[in-house]
Amino acid sequence: MEKLILRKVPNASEEMLLNFGPQHPSTHGVINFLVDTDGEVMKKAIPDVGYLHRSIEKIAEQVGYAGFMPYTDRVDYVAAMFANEGWAIAVEKLLKIEVPPRAQYLRAIAGELCRIASHLVSTGTMATDIGATTPLVHALREREALNDLIEALCGARLTYNYHRIGGVAFDLPEGWSDRVLRYLDHFETLLVEWDRLISYNHIYVKRLANVAVIPREMAVDYGLVGPNLRGSGMDWDVRRDVPYGAYPDFKFDVPVGRGFKGVSGDAFDRYYVRVLEMRESAKIVRQALEKIPDGEITAKVPRKIKPEPGEVLSRVESARGEMAYYVVSDGTEKPWRVRIRTGSYLAMGIIEDVSRGLMVADLVALIASLDVVAPEIDR
Amino acid sequence: MTTNEIHERLRAKFGEDVGPLSEPKVDPFCVVKAERIAEVARFLKDTPELQLDFCEDVAGVDQPKKNVIEVVYHLFSYQHRHGIVLKVEADRANPVVPTVETVWKAANWMEREVYDLLGVVFPGHSDLRRVLLPDDWQGHPLRKDWTEQGGYHGISNERENPLVELRRLDEKARAEAAALAPKPPPAPAAAPVPAPAPENKA
Repeated sequence: MEKLILRKVPNASEEMLLNFGPQHPSTHGVINFLVDTDGEVMKKAIPDVGYLHRSIEKIAEQVGYAGFMPYTDRVDYVAAMFANEGWAIAVEKLLKIEVPPRAQYLRAIAGELCRIASHLVSTGTMATDIGATTPLVHALREREALNDLIEALCGARLTYNYHRIGGVAFDLPEGWSDRVLRYLDHFETLLVEWDRLISYNHIYVKRLANVAVIPREMAVDYGLVGPNLRGSGMDWDVRRDVPYGAYPDFKFDVPVGRGFKGVSGDAFDRYYVRVLEMRESAKIVRQALEKIPDGEITAKVPRKIKPEPGEVLSRVESARGEMAYYVVSDGTEKPWRVRIRTGSYLAMGIIEDVSRGLMVADLVALIASLDVVAPEIDR
Repeated sequence: MTTNEIHERLRAKFGEDVGPLSEPKVDPFCVVKAERIAEVARFLKDTPELQLDFCEDVAGVDQPKKNVIEVVYHLFSYQHRHGIVLKVEADRANPVVPTVETVWKAANWMEREVYDLLGVVFPGHSDLRRVLLPDDWQGHPLRKDWTEQGGYHGISNERENPLVELRRLDEKARAEAAALAPKPPPAPAAAPVPAPAPENKA
């Protein structure tokens, strides 16, 4: 990296090496991009990450299975439910615990609300990055209402710590379902408004359509997941294709990018897949609230969590795509190794290749459309 | 295809270089000889019936008891919806594993992370630099025998117990309060010494 910065530029009037970040509003957190530009056109942008590395994987080796749950919130604080859920599922698989159906439904409800909140941030900040300031205000207002609902459910607005190994921490509060349903009625109309406000805005579409195209093969090769993968036209969703929890019980569509305004796999597809996903999440929450069974919310879990030696990979569909926990147990009370595979980390890996030949302003669109969250990259 | 069938295909092609499938404690895996991993990976990706196109995860696990560092590959096929877990064991003193970056581009950044945190070297990798830690960091923290060095560039990693600081603040506050409080009246002296009679005999 150092060599790169100090490199002699052969003709200083033509090429320039810019530091884009680490404190730039469009990098969505503390990330640095070394941008090699020739005028407005980039030769390439090299991501330099690690500013938010908190060694969460090493911490996991010290704190034990139950104690690690609050730390998982910090892996992705925009969508902490999924990080919780992935960890819970991994340990349950190790312990061979069956989660009660009511807890699985509660997980699905909390997760989908969280997904809507996360996608609101993602789409809203994307609009801001492109230059439209208003949508973010609307998005954050809606997210605030969702935060209120989630707070009523689990007492926290950002780092939920809602899941427990074997279930969830709290049951539905009194009258909460009605509040959620009322909110969803409002939210579904809002999505129509949202499309009119920004999605079909001519300037916005021009800035995103046909920009930073990632073809399907490339997306698979680079290990993109979630909305980024679906934006490239790959019809794949862990919730539907490798189902876990209560998801087999719900009917929902998986939106896939098919070139809504340009070609498949461009920045607009990745954006619009998220907008469509919010609608599907609302559908799932409605079904779950309707069908939620009675019963326990936690399984019987031994007081001392001491799984048999073995290793396991849990996969959940986070708001930023497939999140996988690879956990190795050596039979003691602390995990031998925890590895968290996140969508954002791999999305950073593709930026260098996609950025070749892009305009500097389109780098912002690329980063925003990949929806990277810095703590999830660095862990 | 089940994991067992994929494994049989591998055994048929690579013989003893692919180890037996572990008895499924939870998720089974098989150990592959380090030299053959790139070939195995290429075979798994390019064979039409296998088509493991998604390199889901490359993780490193330190195993000091076995004196190896394991590199674990989780592979999956979107087309056929099957997968397999491969492991490569590298010598702990000099861990070298050929890269699979040429097979799956996703391995690029994940191998960089394994190099960064566990010190496994991947010959053939296009850009093997540290990724999460600073370039001048010493050592590889996810190894089990890693100990914290005394700080980084003058930033100490040692911190005294916060309670000590609180106690110090308490004592300071108490001392200040004592200084401000009205002084108690001085204890009465034993008996006022009578002033000497003024020598006014002028």
